[in-house]
Amino acid sequence: MAQSASRNRNLARRRIIGGLGVGVALTCAVIGAVCLLIILGYVIVQGAGAINRDFLTQLPHPVGVPGGGVGNGILGTFIILGLATAMAVPIGLLTGIYLSLFGRGPIPEGLRFLSDVLSGVPSIAIGLFAYAVLVAPLRHFSAFSASFAFMMLMLPLLVRTSEQAIRSVPQTVREGALALGMSNFRATVQIVIPTAMPAIITALLLAIARVIGETAPLLFTAFGSQFWETNPNKPMAVLALQVFTYAISPYPNWQAQAWGGALLLIGAVFVLSLGARLMLRRAMRGLEA
Amino acid sequence: MSTVAAGELLATQELSAYYGSRQAVADVTIAFRRKAVTALIGPSGCGKTTLLRCLNRIHEINFDARVQGSVLLDGQDIYGGDMDPMAIRRRIGMVFQRPNPFPTLSILDNAIACAPKGLNRRGKLEAAERALRSAALWDEVKDKLKTSPLRLSGGQQQRLCIARAVAAQPEVLLMDEPTASLDPIATAVIEELMSSLCKEFTIVAVTHNMQQAARVSSVTAFMLADETGIGRLIEADDTGKLFTKPSDRRTEDYISGRFG
Repeated sequence: MAQSASRNRNLARRRIIGGLGVGVALTCAVIGAVCLLIILGYVIVQGAGAINRDFLTQLPHPVGVPGGGVGNGILGTFIILGLATAMAVPIGLLTGIYLSLFGRGPIPEGLRFLSDVLSGVPSIAIGLFAYAVLVAPLRHFSAFSASFAFMMLMLPLLVRTSEQAIRSVPQTVREGALALGMSNFRATVQIVIPTAMPAIITALLLAIARVIGETAPLLFTAFGSQFWETNPNKPMAVLALQVFTYAISPYPNWQAQAWGGALLLIGAVFVLSLGARLMLRRAMRGLEA
Repeated sequence: MSTVAAGELLATQELSAYYGSRQAVADVTIAFRRKAVTALIGPSGCGKTTLLRCLNRIHEINFDARVQGSVLLDGQDIYGGDMDPMAIRRRIGMVFQRPNPFPTLSILDNAIACAPKGLNRRGKLEAAERALRSAALWDEVKDKLKTSPLRLSGGQQQRLCIARAVAAQPEVLLMDEPTASLDPIATAVIEELMSSLCKEFTIVAVTHNMQQAARVSSVTAFMLADETGIGRLIEADDTGKLFTKPSDRRTEDYISGRFG
């Protein structure tokens, strides 16, 4: 009797502790979600009014002239991100392949360590580096130097996630290819990488989402421009940079446009993340069977 | 080992296999009967899968795996310095424990993943049909050759993997518990297939299932790990004889269900 009573008490105590744990976890989750929703809601309320066709397609107007837009910044964002992606994907993917194939030994370990360090370097330091090697020696700002900085920001993410993606392809698939007499390289390129492709594209989308709102490295690389600039060798307007400039300006018109730009950037990150999730779901489905 | 003669297509001599410093298989000498099914049986951890993986040099893709002794294919040591593992694996195909079709290739492309290069569309289709027919899968997939293999049942996927291995026109077919993940009906289909494939290929199959060994093989080899966990070949003989009159006490204990 006494034993069963103590067991019941024990059980009741464990139930209470368990309930408390769940309650605390849930509260924290709600706080996090609410913060995010407040930020999102506030940006939407402040920014939605600024977004219209002119805002998306026009050049900025001079101070005091109403209207105008960030069309050149949107274009510049595409150009700079496109260039950065074009440089980061081959380097990041091939490094990821290398690490997944020859994962052990001092060189791969060193590469992983360097990649982790690089991912922890503040983006402004990376911007300064791009300034030191690509802006100062050439004596002019350029979109290309911004792409270079973005590439450095994207690389560690791409290296580690593509390595993970390739490793997550079941070993049996690779063995199946090798057992047919395929070379290691052919098995990787023809069988393993296509299997890992949805996960790799997910990683790429997340890497783009990671840098699209980066502003610090742009300050002394892309610099900004008032024109429809498409030459990567010239200073170029970038959306994130325009948001920064407008937000700290004293003009209400510009401040409203800064909110609009912020909303565009958040929207872009939202779409990229959603795309990444969809790709990942597809990847999971593919690997289940 | 009376009936297992030398001079067969595939044989091992004092073969030992290691993972790093750990020895998994020791001193296996066996010749596999040409155009017949040899079953490798034994309890879990007896080294039968490791032994099988040594026979086409897929063992060595593990980071720290090593082999001592020799594996003779047509009298040539496949571990000889001038032998190319890729060429070896084309002569010695393999089917795995779990079906592993290539997820991003269609059924057709899976079947001919290792067929000779430079075929035109018609040639590819013919090669695929040949391979799929010999794996008794053609009738079930002929209308969906362009679809993903992942929609097939487990048994169909495994037959697709057999077709893929057969399409490379190997001389030997290694099968690592090919029915371990399948239901009884799919298992029966694969077993029937093994019986017909052994007219063309020399088959070595690992199996957990003694009934299966008795049903499909003409020779059975029994392996057992010693006290230190190193797998050794206890005996190999005609399947009928091994299951009725084993010459080793340990074999008798195992097949009568006293352990394992």
